[in-house]
Amino acid sequence: MKDLLTLEHLSAQDIEELLDLSENLGEIVDRPIKKLPTLRGKAVVNLFFEPSTRTRNSFELAAKYLSADVINVQPSGSSVEKGETLWDTADNLVQMGIDAAIIRHKVSGVPQQLAQMVSIPIINAGDGMHEHPTQGLLDMLTLRQAKGRIDGLRVAIVGDILHSRVARSDIWALRALGADVVLIGPPSLMPDSFRQLSHVTVTTDLKEGLQGVDAIQVLRLQKERQTGGDIPSLWEYRARWGVTAHSLQWAKPDAIIMHPGPQNRGVEIDSDILDSSRSWVGRQVRNGLAVRMAVLFRLLGGAHNE
Amino acid sequence: MSNTGTSWRIQGARVIDPFRGIDAVLDVTVRDGVFVEDHDPSLPVVDAKGLWLVPRLTDMHVHFRDPGLEYKEDLASGSRAAAAGGFTVVCTMPNTKPVVDIPSLVEWQKERAETLGLVRIWPIGAVTKGEEGKELAEMYQMAQAGAIGFSDDGHPVADSRIMRAALSYSATLNRPIIQHSEDPDLFAGGSMHEGAISQQLGLGGIPAEAESIMVWRDVELVQLTRGILHVAHVSAPGSLEAVRYAKNKGLAVTAEAAPHHLFLSDDAVREWQYSAVTKVNPPLRPAAMQEALIQAVTSGLIDVLASDHAPHHADEKAEPYDKAPFGISGLETFLGTVMTVFLGRGLLSPLDLFAKLTAMPHQVLRQSYAGISPGAAADLTLIDPGAVWTVDPAAFYSKGHNTPLAGATLTGRAVATMVGGRWTMREQEVLG
Ligand SMILES: [Zn+2]
Repeated sequence: MKDLLTLEHLSAQDIEELLDLSENLGEIVDRPIKKLPTLRGKAVVNLFFEPSTRTRNSFELAAKYLSADVINVQPSGSSVEKGETLWDTADNLVQMGIDAAIIRHKVSGVPQQLAQMVSIPIINAGDGMHEHPTQGLLDMLTLRQAKGRIDGLRVAIVGDILHSRVARSDIWALRALGADVVLIGPPSLMPDSFRQLSHVTVTTDLKEGLQGVDAIQVLRLQKERQTGGDIPSLWEYRARWGVTAHSLQWAKPDAIIMHPGPQNRGVEIDSDILDSSRSWVGRQVRNGLAVRMAVLFRLLGGAHNE
Repeated sequence: MSNTGTSWRIQGARVIDPFRGIDAVLDVTVRDGVFVEDHDPSLPVVDAKGLWLVPRLTDMHVHFRDPGLEYKEDLASGSRAAAAGGFTVVCTMPNTKPVVDIPSLVEWQKERAETLGLVRIWPIGAVTKGEEGKELAEMYQMAQAGAIGFSDDGHPVADSRIMRAALSYSATLNRPIIQHSEDPDLFAGGSMHEGAISQQLGLGGIPAEAESIMVWRDVELVQLTRGILHVAHVSAPGSLEAVRYAKNKGLAVTAEAAPHHLFLSDDAVREWQYSAVTKVNPPLRPAAMQEALIQAVTSGLIDVLASDHAPHHADEKAEPYDKAPFGISGLETFLGTVMTVFLGRGLLSPLDLFAKLTAMPHQVLRQSYAGISPGAAADLTLIDPGAVWTVDPAAFYSKGHNTPLAGATLTGRAVATMVGGRWTMREQEVLG
């Protein structure tokens, strides 16, 4: 594995190995001295064309806990205005000896294109509406910890599936690992071709969709969906698709709640749910760090194993 | 052998002349730039045994980007691409900088083409000033200057009131409105066909209905105005239904299809891994729609084949998929593509196929040409029907190397092009 670009193209074994590695490396977070020497002397760049403090911080800490040097680059509009393409930006970093690049971009496919141009490992930190593979991995790790397995689980993803890179990474990983997926959301935000995927059920009815599920991944609803004409209002959305104490009773009694964050409390999810014992949202954040350490370790530290 | 001169005796070719409905092995004589009847033995002889000879290959939809966007293409490089591709006439779309919306720009393009002497250019004028869709352009004066038709291609004429006015006005000039059919709101935010592949790749989708809704509207407007409508680059099944409806009603509605929509499906977007060479508008459609389009060409519902040659600079096409411009550089693969699709599968006879690149565009544009008859301008192309070749954009004469056909194997290729008795291309080498 040179890069981590998608989960769609990973096997169940690839994913499980990364999850096992994440479990081991995650323990470091509880140690008083959070430092492993594994990536000492390696330099990693966080190249975030689309701002995201949370994900960037998580990658930065993961790299630092493994002793890598990290720089954060957020290309401004000005370098683009000067005529510099993102390929120039990436090439400059490679010339300066960077060992791996973590890329976020608002256009789908940019990490894939970069990976074809440069020889260093590329880690996709979210590309457009395509994939967010480390989020998918941390969701799988959280599910496995909560339920002891993923095979045979029934997992609902609720919200704006169409625009969600998180949903796509989750769907591919869940199917690979033997879970059944239920996609629930407004029709205007549902990719209709996903009905044809095996082990995927699509519904607009929250009550029907939540029947018998072991876990619910609640997606963030962007406010642009209202102004863009996809839904009447955030409040109407909440009335039909909001995950509340009321709607939660339709799921299994021990169903857990996940959310990739940041949350719109009172819109797609209520505070009392988010702060309840059924919420694994805090663990998702922690697992994000573990998963990103595992990915960096695998792509940079594990070279001698190959 | 010399390539200069305007008098030739071309021997042994299979002559496929859709203007006269002829498909036979004949000797063809050209004297002083026109076809003649007599077989003067003193003329230089071209041995064309095994080749096909087709008069007046016409591509009624190209973008030559000149004036203003010469870094993408200019009239010289575009003309060379046309000659290399086997074409003797091209119709240039007016979405240049400035837009061709005044008579002097039409005249300038025609004069420049005559100076270059590689291909006849029939300019298309804009429907609206600046292609802004708000006020009609001076269509009468552009027609006087030589505009062959009118289009805001690149954009649709979206405003129904303006389109109504344009159709009724251009009908008085006996020239078609060539519509790039697209509902701007349904189109917004899209960069490929909306379907399973866009949803998997996470790219903004353009539903087929963004095109067909506009075609249906325009058909209704033709009914209202008795105007003349030519639907550019049809790709959606609903558009085919609208064209069928219009033809059944006897309306003056014709349609064209582009080679890339016939040769590729949206699978190409996945295969090219987000490279914007596959980004084109209308977008590549799923295989079932591609097949429906092939059937519509075969049945005759689609009148014309046209390349929608849309060259771009490599830097622009290297942009991320969402940001890169739409378009494929298609002049130099056009002939090979449609020969591969329609002759390779035995769907059309050569005479019926080449009609869509010769007599049919003339009919759509209301231009007369007598084919290979005494006195007609000697515009012809020699084609090697058995040539199997691999597309290499680096070898293009066009400045635009942007094509998802790179690496594709095609069967059939122009080996010589003649305009007005003068060779403009021999053996893939453009002369001029
Ligand atoms: Zn167009």
